Amino acid sequence: MLTLVIFLPLAAALLLPAVPRRAVPWTWVAVGLANLGLIAGMWAAHGTRDGTSYETNVRWIPSVGAGYHVGADGLSLPLLTLTALLFAACAVYSVRQERRGRAFAMLFLFLETVCLGVFAALDLLLFFVFFDLSIVGMYFVILVWGHAGGAARSALKFFLYTFLGSLFLLLGFIGLYLGADPHTFDMVELTRNPPLEDAPALAGLTLLALGVGLGIKTPVVPFHTWLPPAHTDAPAPGSAILAGVMLKMGAYGLVRIAMPMLPDAWRRYALAVLVVGLVSVLYGALVALAQDDIKRLVAYTSVNHMGYVVLALGAAGYAGGTDGGGARRLAVTGAVTQMVSHGLITGALFLLCGVLHARAGSYDLRRFGGVARAAPVFAGTLAVAAFASLGLPGFSGFVAEFQIFAGTIGTGAAATAVTGALAVLGIVVTAGLFLRVLHRLLLGGPGELTGRVGDLRRREAAAIVPLLALSVLVGVLPGPLLDTIEPLSAAVTGWVAR
Amino acid sequence: MIAAVCGTPLLAGALLLVAGRRADRVAPAAGVAVAAAVLALAVAAAVARPAARFAVLPGAPGGLAVDGLSAAMVVTVAAVVLLILLYAAAERFGARFFGLMLVFAGAMLVTVTASDLLLLLMGWEVMGAMSYALIGYRWTDDGVVRSADVAFVTTRAADTGLYLAAGFALAGTGSLSLAGLEAARSPWLDLIAAGVVVAALGKSAQLPFSFWLSRAMAGPSAVSALLHSATMVAAGGYLLLRLHPLLAASGWADAVVCWAGALTALVLGVVALAQRDLKQLLAASTCSQIGFVVLAAGAAAVAGGALHLVAHAAVKSLLFLCAGVWLARAGTQRMDDLGGAARTFRWVGVTFALGAFALAGVPPLSLWFTKDAVLAAALDRSPGLFAVGLAASVVAAGYAAKALVAVWARGGGGRAGVPVLQKVPLAVLAAAACVAGFAVPFGGWWEVRPRPSAWELGLSGVLAVAVVVAVAEGRRVRVPAWGLHWLYLERAAHAGVVRPVLALARGLARFDDRVVDGTVTAIARGGRRVADFAGRDAEPRLDGVVAAIGRGARALGALARRPQTGQVHMYYAQAAAMLAVLVLIAILAG
Repeated sequence: MLTLVIFLPLAAALLLPAVPRRAVPWTWVAVGLANLGLIAGMWAAHGTRDGTSYETNVRWIPSVGAGYHVGADGLSLPLLTLTALLFAACAVYSVRQERRGRAFAMLFLFLETVCLGVFAALDLLLFFVFFDLSIVGMYFVILVWGHAGGAARSALKFFLYTFLGSLFLLLGFIGLYLGADPHTFDMVELTRNPPLEDAPALAGLTLLALGVGLGIKTPVVPFHTWLPPAHTDAPAPGSAILAGVMLKMGAYGLVRIAMPMLPDAWRRYALAVLVVGLVSVLYGALVALAQDDIKRLVAYTSVNHMGYVVLALGAAGYAGGTDGGGARRLAVTGAVTQMVSHGLITGALFLLCGVLHARAGSYDLRRFGGVARAAPVFAGTLAVAAFASLGLPGFSGFVAEFQIFAGTIGTGAAATAVTGALAVLGIVVTAGLFLRVLHRLLLGGPGELTGRVGDLRRREAAAIVPLLALSVLVGVLPGPLLDTIEPLSAAVTGWVAR
Repeated sequence: MIAAVCGTPLLAGALLLVAGRRADRVAPAAGVAVAAAVLALAVAAAVARPAARFAVLPGAPGGLAVDGLSAAMVVTVAAVVLLILLYAAAERFGARFFGLMLVFAGAMLVTVTASDLLLLLMGWEVMGAMSYALIGYRWTDDGVVRSADVAFVTTRAADTGLYLAAGFALAGTGSLSLAGLEAARSPWLDLIAAGVVVAALGKSAQLPFSFWLSRAMAGPSAVSALLHSATMVAAGGYLLLRLHPLLAASGWADAVVCWAGALTALVLGVVALAQRDLKQLLAASTCSQIGFVVLAAGAAAVAGGALHLVAHAAVKSLLFLCAGVWLARAGTQRMDDLGGAARTFRWVGVTFALGAFALAGVPPLSLWFTKDAVLAAALDRSPGLFAVGLAASVVAAGYAAKALVAVWARGGGGRAGVPVLQKVPLAVLAAAACVAGFAVPFGGWWEVRPRPSAWELGLSGVLAVAVVVAVAEGRRVRVPAWGLHWLYLERAAHAGVVRPVLALARGLARFDDRVVDGTVTAIARGGRRVADFAGRDAEPRLDGVVAAIGRGARALGALARRPQTGQVHMYYAQAAAMLAVLVLIAILAG
């Protein structure tokens, strides 16, 4: 079942050349929606159970103990759903894609398969293959469909930087493989019997390799500089997928691989994780505040938002404090919720940036103003997305960030309380920077390019509004999502504590 | 039922906002109808005292509940919202206005009924965001939007205290419940108290956060009337009243809160006295009057503080609505130009006068009683506190009289009426402003303790009347320049916080481009250099070595080819020579 869902988009991509030109966009939309429906159904059937559903384990490269092992649990199902949703939204958004529309659709369907594969893989080699293919796919999206000018350079930087990250990741995977007895790449095995337990130095080095590899992808400061140019030059759907889905792979890897497989080392270096998270939160927010290019600005807020995730995961591993486990669980649940929430909100924000660029050909905030007069729906949607992103209650971002703050501070150790308290300052800076965007872009008097900005078209609204509606749903009724994640958080905190 | 009280305005407001301009026509009627329904529900809830327990987050039980304090707040909020929306229905506001106002009120209702920190924070933050949208209602004006920005960022900066308090509460008590916070262990207890105090002082525009309320005047008068009375600024005072056991348990927070309230009451009273703009005067007086509520929370006089909050809500919404009429019709809010405004609009003038007398603390109107209930509690704690409070009440009489004199001064001319839709709310609010204080002497359902003694009531009443008469007689008070400029608080915040943060942000952005990204680019460039070196310098040499070896081999080959002539006699000669050499070697080796 899971395999069908993963490879359905790829199969559709291979059949797409046979489809008449005019039917290409609608085929893409249909496949995207069908896949979304299937995954949502799988989530509903899995419910809030503990453990892994839809497992398939087939021998693949027996000589190194690697298999085609996939499955879905409380961590993967929300992310799989998010992936399918964002790809469906991009399909709807791109219905009028003129330039090489067929290749565009094929590439995105291919990307959907590899992204789903990353979140479903239960084998390190399989994970790595999907992880690397996603980089290749996104490279071509930026290179071919990026904005003229810097796209080639940005695409190359993106590719080389994240590919370097994946090499570190491979190094870490090999460390895990060699440390396991018997040697295996199977994640379930490695989680059950964590390798390298009696070799703390090697475990530390392996964690470092994994941390750098996943940290480049997340991205954490100082490994984030590939992100702003990649976003600035990518087409809007590419940015939405890059930020909404692919950034999650880093944080997902931390929860899925680093924490359960190297619990000792994670605990030992939890303080470093906390500090990296805190720096990402504050640095990302402050640098975003100074941007005049709205797409770069949103890209830097991603650094800030993903910093909260890293912070919470650090707190979950930090020893000491008064907490009996409840606060750590809250932190991990918050981190996973933040991954979903950031995907929804930032996906919507990047698509809205795309609308702006499609109309006016610029991302420069200083050249706009008073857009709300001629484009009230666009303005309203952007304002809602901005408030969602700055963590207003009633949206998913608040649920996630509140859990992260309360969980991090609530573990009751001095270090977590101090880093958590400092991280809260991030929400003030984010509030300031989004108000600045609203002020410069939507409100006040008209600017140089304001006249070119028409209102949201139907297909654009159909792609963007559902993302924000889901953010509201999670914000108002977080129960179903949190109950799905909760068993996983309990398991992760249990693994790290052993 | 409690969910209906909070949910109805939130849902209706959200629907109006989503409908947008399409609903402009029905919005006033719908808004008023919803507000009326909410008032009915609120009254029922105040009587029935319902409680709903549910957990927004798994494992964090909490909910909504109505107790004595909440009951008073719920009814006040619902009633004030209804009256203000009635008033606004007579002006040309669209769906956006009514939607935002309803959500604003709904958020306040959640805040005052929440029994855990999470729900409280949710209401608290949504209220802040709605205040931003309402202050910036006329968004085409850059100045208005900037004011909204200042108000939201300031209150949100203070709100972080509540986020922190939630985390500390989890660390200290393992739960987010409001009841039982005072049982937290040290140091968590102190940290929770500090977070709560900062958040509450920020929301209530107490010192040093007061300046955002001056900026909030950029919104329409109906917004000011709600924001200054039953929502937003009231929330901070409410929170401190609700959590007074926490303040007392910390051993220091109650004193801090007492003095913060008393000093705000006095200093912002002086600021109010210095204003030349009617709305700015009223804004500063809000800070000052909420200062009494904060003082009451510190002194644990919950009933007195709550009654002051309720009575002030009636008085201040009345005064802002009156100011709104003049602003809309006379086009000015400068007090020098408002002469005769009260005579032109008699109904407005009379109700404004009642409100101003109440604000001045003239007996037997509401604020006279409630303020003295607070002062009695202050006297119990320390004479110094009482003295500052009494001084603040004298200043209050001064600024109220100043406003009154300005609008009743001779000038203008003619008569003009206001629509019934606006007359009714003004009359109802004026009546409430007169009688709301009688709960203090006559108890009602709520016993005020400690009761103000007769000499206190007498003293403050006499002082208030004397000051009003003196101002009416034309005595002028000289007020220092810092009063007019709100103690330069905004300038200080800008220079001390905003500008350094912006400078830091720009500096970090440059650092990010030049150093962090520069390093990455330099490493990449280094890779290119090595490649260039390998391609241009190393490669030809390596190739040269290979070629040289090849040449050598060819030369040797050519040399080796020389003997291969194909002539048999030459081969014989060579074989003979080789044999001779071998024989020679054999002999020599022997």
